Amino acid sequence: MTNHWIDIKNTNCALIMGSNCAEHHPVSMKWVLRAKDNGAKLIHVDPKFSRTSARCDLHVPIRSGSDIAFLGGMINYILENKLYQTEYVKNYTNASVVVGADYSFNDGVFSGLDPQTRTYDKKTWAYSKKKDGTLVLDPEWKNPRCVINLLKKHYSRYTLKNVCDVTGVPEETILQVYNDFCATGRPDKAGTIMYALGWTQHTNGVQIIRTSAIIQLLLGNIGVAGGGINALRGEPNVQGSTDHAILYDTLPGYLPMLRAQWQTLDEYLKGCTPQKQLPNSVNWKSNNPKYMVSLLKGWFGENATKENDFGYSWLPKLEPRGNASYYSSIDRAYQGKMRGGFVFGVNPCQSFPNTHKVRACLDKLDWMVCGEVHNSETTDNWHRPGVDPKTVKTEVFLLPSAHRIEKEGTISNSGRWLQWFDKAVEPAGDARDFGHMLVPLMNKIRDLYATEKGVLPEPILNLNWPKDFVAEEWTKRINGQFWSDVTVGDKTYHKGQQVPKFMNLAADGSTSSLNWLYCGSYTEEEGNKSKKRDKSQTPAQAKIGIFPNWSWCWPVNRRVLYNRASVDANGKPWNPNLPVVEWDGTKWKEGMDVLDGGGAPVGNGEKGRLPFIMCADGLGHLFGPGREDGPFPEHYEPVETPLKSHPFSKQLSSPVYLTYHSDLDKLAEPGDPRYPIVLTTYSMTEHWCGGGETRNTPNLLEAEPQLYVEMSHELAEIKGIKNGDGVIVESIRGKVEAIAMVTVRIRPFTIMGKTVHLIGMPFAFGWLTPKCGDSTNRLTTGVYDPNTTIQEDKACMVDIYKADKLTEIA
Amino acid sequence: MPKAFLVDTTRCTACRGCQMACKDWHNLPAIETKQTGTHQNPPDLNPCNLKLVRFHEHKTKDNKVVWNFFPDQCRHCVNPICKDVADMAVPGAIIKDSQTGAVLCTEKCKELTADDVKAIITACPYNIPRYDEATKMLTKCDMCFDRVSNGLIPMCVKSCPTGTMVFGERAEILAEAKRRLEALKKTFPKAYLCDPKDVNVIFLLGEEKEHYYEYASFM
Repeated sequence: MTNHWIDIKNTNCALIMGSNCAEHHPVSMKWVLRAKDNGAKLIHVDPKFSRTSARCDLHVPIRSGSDIAFLGGMINYILENKLYQTEYVKNYTNASVVVGADYSFNDGVFSGLDPQTRTYDKKTWAYSKKKDGTLVLDPEWKNPRCVINLLKKHYSRYTLKNVCDVTGVPEETILQVYNDFCATGRPDKAGTIMYALGWTQHTNGVQIIRTSAIIQLLLGNIGVAGGGINALRGEPNVQGSTDHAILYDTLPGYLPMLRAQWQTLDEYLKGCTPQKQLPNSVNWKSNNPKYMVSLLKGWFGENATKENDFGYSWLPKLEPRGNASYYSSIDRAYQGKMRGGFVFGVNPCQSFPNTHKVRACLDKLDWMVCGEVHNSETTDNWHRPGVDPKTVKTEVFLLPSAHRIEKEGTISNSGRWLQWFDKAVEPAGDARDFGHMLVPLMNKIRDLYATEKGVLPEPILNLNWPKDFVAEEWTKRINGQFWSDVTVGDKTYHKGQQVPKFMNLAADGSTSSLNWLYCGSYTEEEGNKSKKRDKSQTPAQAKIGIFPNWSWCWPVNRRVLYNRASVDANGKPWNPNLPVVEWDGTKWKEGMDVLDGGGAPVGNGEKGRLPFIMCADGLGHLFGPGREDGPFPEHYEPVETPLKSHPFSKQLSSPVYLTYHSDLDKLAEPGDPRYPIVLTTYSMTEHWCGGGETRNTPNLLEAEPQLYVEMSHELAEIKGIKNGDGVIVESIRGKVEAIAMVTVRIRPFTIMGKTVHLIGMPFAFGWLTPKCGDSTNRLTTGVYDPNTTIQEDKACMVDIYKADKLTEIA
Repeated sequence: MPKAFLVDTTRCTACRGCQMACKDWHNLPAIETKQTGTHQNPPDLNPCNLKLVRFHEHKTKDNKVVWNFFPDQCRHCVNPICKDVADMAVPGAIIKDSQTGAVLCTEKCKELTADDVKAIITACPYNIPRYDEATKMLTKCDMCFDRVSNGLIPMCVKSCPTGTMVFGERAEILAEAKRRLEALKKTFPKAYLCDPKDVNVIFLLGEEKEHYYEYASFM
């Protein structure tokens, strides 16, 4: 989240899209309904009418996979009707920046595409630069190649008719949403966007979120109370684990992954430290060397020295375009290129798309180690229905894992708050938490390397590794420590003491930090701030619901990111009733939120600082040249689609989505008459993700016992299906049994003049729980977003028919 | 002064936290259920489910979908008819606590005949009590009498994330109910309070009871 949960109450309009927050983040509704009490409009754009829709002013059914068309239409509407917040857009976004001559966009394809490798050469999207390396600006917006004019041209195709044809939303409803949300373009109004996996799980998921960023920048909704782009993160510490680089393409604190083109630390730092592009830009990433060296120091401690590049050379490097995601690992196992591995905190044989392939892949492993609270469809894959266990060679080591109430530590919530939790009870039986599995395991490996040597022992033996696991010791290490005496202000810190703030991290080996974002969370002065539970606040903080003494929030306890965009060029809040920060003419006022970046408001000449400090240009990116699939979001159909063409371009699906090419990676052709129905998949309140935990909670299984498929009365009539009937849902990859839930909450769409039906299924039910059904993901497609390798679980093509008999459900 | 609940269904998201919390607090075992084409499960109140969220969906004349949620439970009537009927057979089988207003089934329920039980169940205008064959007891919500008599709020109210349910002194709850009803009139012109004079669990509905549940309201 740019903002935080409580802040939702400050909004004038909540656009909930790609999220079913009432069902998946039930407590969010406390704040959403407070906004409604204060007069806010609540809009839910979603294929299905859900428990969220039930509480909103307006539910807008949309065909799954057409979000960019819907939002692109809003961009066009804002620009055509000049509904943007002009001063904000001119001062704080890259609207005036002139784009280089190599950039072009033709019929759905951006410049720089290599169709062979399905990749773009992003260099063709670069800004135009002056001789000194700074950017060419056109504040008058006359140059046809300045961003705002390119934006206008790009989205001019997103007419109401085109949007209506592709999304299935009637024009008058589209206009109603655009009008309601764009009313927050007034400086003293704010609109929030709440999203979750309904946006990310598409082959263009990142670009959907980019579209929302463009809208929020145009309307001046970033940095303000009640605004922002708010990703609703999951219960299993999704925010914290992402911050700590659970994904393969980043290091902790979102530092870039080590890649083969950067063989030395110097090369890495050069490659990952951007140059300032405008004089008033803060360019925070110029600090990357301090954070990277402190990370290496955290990993290797005393063994990391300036002379050995702080151990940089000991670390493996990924190929320049190498992909080490879950799915490439699964594919490598299928090709016999991976013999074993650890599966922790995930149930691939249930939750991953195209599950038949995943299950077959794991059969090829020699060994597998799982840490689980309960047996799962993955731990027990070798005796799944239809498989003779004797034919599966995999040796499975199942480590009983502590439940989260059986361990202590921190969880970072969606609003980036770091909150400590205590252990409530001891783990049952032999169960351990991950720390008590991994620390001794690594020590055993270190012993083996020490006695038996081995290839490349340095990264193992030189680790700064403890003898035993103590959770809070890692909280300290994550914050970071001094490795020599350092004086900060009038205080001298000694070796082993906590670094007070990330401004004090250094690139010379005098500091360590396992994640610079969390530096400041555990200090000498205040101890472990994740344990703070103090509700005190100033009147200004009370006004917007900030509790600075309740837990701690990254970065530097700033509760609203980009908050210096909440004021005008002179530092006056756009909304005087809900100020986040404020400049009194000479300094920033005390007792408000922690200011983003230093310096004065941008109207103060040389002292002024631009608000988007993480961008080298200091500006909010309407034109975003950093993504893999284009600087402007563009509508592409899901890879499986009912359409053979769409009105935006000749390019049907993304030219750069990722996929694999085994015999089990089957995809239906666009418009395949055998699979005419759109399937979308989701979770529900009562079960969590793949259901591995909640299916073992009897009261939850009582409330939602079996796999269902939600479908319209219209489709049910065509198919001769009655409510409660057993049905088969079939895609080109497999069949799944379910119970029909015939409902007014799903309705047919009119797409390009034809009726398109959509059905929806949860993915929480698996064969290991008797009689409840088996993985819905046996239907879904193994195709992925090129930026994140997130799967397109939200849209694929199927057929549905009444079952003669059921074997998976009883 | 008796206690009362307000259940403002216009804030309910059917998260079923109350349904789960009730089972947990009362240590009631899960029962085997099936998917029958609705999210409402178990299908009805039963000795293991004293609180149940009922789901009802319909389309309005102008083609809008409405999905109503009704977290059903004993209303702890001001003058409980179940108690009157039970007293005719076994005095003290059902009692009303004077402090809290909680209507409670006692061990004496075991002395009721099958006909008595049937008469009590039929008499309830809200279709609440259920008979447990195994324990020979009448079962229903007990207002978390153990919690409330120790100064705590009922578990369902404690678990509610949206403020759908509030609990307190009857006079305060009645005032809050009227305040909310007034505020809702703009967005829910048909909103009304279910039998506020007669019950201590006052439901606020957004429209007619047939769009929630036939026993939602007596009047």
